[in-house]
Amino acid sequence: MTGTELLPGASPTVAALAVIGLVLVEAALLYAVYGVLEDKLAPPVFKRIQRR
Amino acid sequence: MFELLGLSADLFALFVVFGFMVGVFFGFFGMGGSFLVTPALLILGYPAPVAIGSSMAFVFGTAVIATLKHHDAGQVDYRLGALMFVGITVGIELGSRLVFGLEVLGIAGVVVGVAYVILLAAIGILFTRSALSDDADAAGDEPEAESEDAPEDDIPEIAQKIKSYELPPMMTLADGSEASLWTISGVGGGVGLVSGFLGVGGGFVRMPAIYYLIGTSLAAAVGTSLFGGLMSGGVGAFTYGRAGVIDLGIVTALLLGSALGARIGSGATAYVDEDDVTIYFGLMLLIASLAVALGEVSAWLAMPVLDRVSFVLLIGSALFVCAIILYHGAVAVHRGRDAAPSA
Repeated sequence: MTGTELLPGASPTVAALAVIGLVLVEAALLYAVYGVLEDKLAPPVFKRIQRR
Repeated sequence: MFELLGLSADLFALFVVFGFMVGVFFGFFGMGGSFLVTPALLILGYPAPVAIGSSMAFVFGTAVIATLKHHDAGQVDYRLGALMFVGITVGIELGSRLVFGLEVLGIAGVVVGVAYVILLAAIGILFTRSALSDDADAAGDEPEAESEDAPEDDIPEIAQKIKSYELPPMMTLADGSEASLWTISGVGGGVGLVSGFLGVGGGFVRMPAIYYLIGTSLAAAVGTSLFGGLMSGGVGAFTYGRAGVIDLGIVTALLLGSALGARIGSGATAYVDEDDVTIYFGLMLLIASLAVALGEVSAWLAMPVLDRVSFVLLIGSALFVCAIILYHGAVAVHRGRDAAPSA
């Protein structure tokens, strides 16, 4: 799926900005979600590695 | 067949795993996006504009994630990144014009390929030599290295020499040291020229250039290089996005893996001693140089088998260094080494 397919009929500039916006939102969401996972999972994982 | 954003489930999973590896690199070294992703997409049969455009958008997204992570650790010099960006933009324009000029002469492909090989080899030799000389220093009796001048010792000799000229106007960096605006602009312009000329994000040039020429700590060079990657990746993604060649399925799958990898890679910088990994990074660049050379020879001799060998070398060496980073990280955690304080 490309930006053109995402927004059919939109100008190239709008399609490009939509792609950048989507990537930015995806990146921010992934950063936040993995951040929560890191806070929850990192301590037990670290403890397990230290015990080995 | 089950499909996700236009990709088969197998391909989607492959991109997630590949993205993880690239993310570890990006987080740890501040580079490794386009020079790994673009050749991989080309080998998988994607047209060059789709491969480059999707790679640029992916670099942008990963740089956002890795910069946020390095920001948390206080390792991004935004002022330096913004000052460099002016030079980078001018350099990219000059570099791309140079390519168009060489294309008129019909020698663009050869010149760009040879330049890529030489540059990767030169930076690889620089890092390998630096790592080997650090090992030699560590083996010698140098208790004074732990003196109060220790932060200055983190800056390479060549950068200290450049800083000593103090050519005005001098700019204050985030760590309190100073660098000439001429050096910053020159480095930005040079990095941009290479990026525009080779058609890559340029992290593998930007990070060493900040470290060796402007003279920041390696951690700040990585963080600031990522910020530079964010800006140049954004510009590149916009340019290719206008042409409608960015495949969002590829970008999303790669980002899913790289977001996790970048967190682990960035986090590892607080645990892993840079000297433990620098030599592997240098060797990886030397192997990458060989891989790109084989790719060029494959095109000249019309031997597709060399292309495969080139791909295996490129991905294999990257996978090996990624495993080394994770291994050293796990060993450091096992020994209970304290992480650097984060902001």
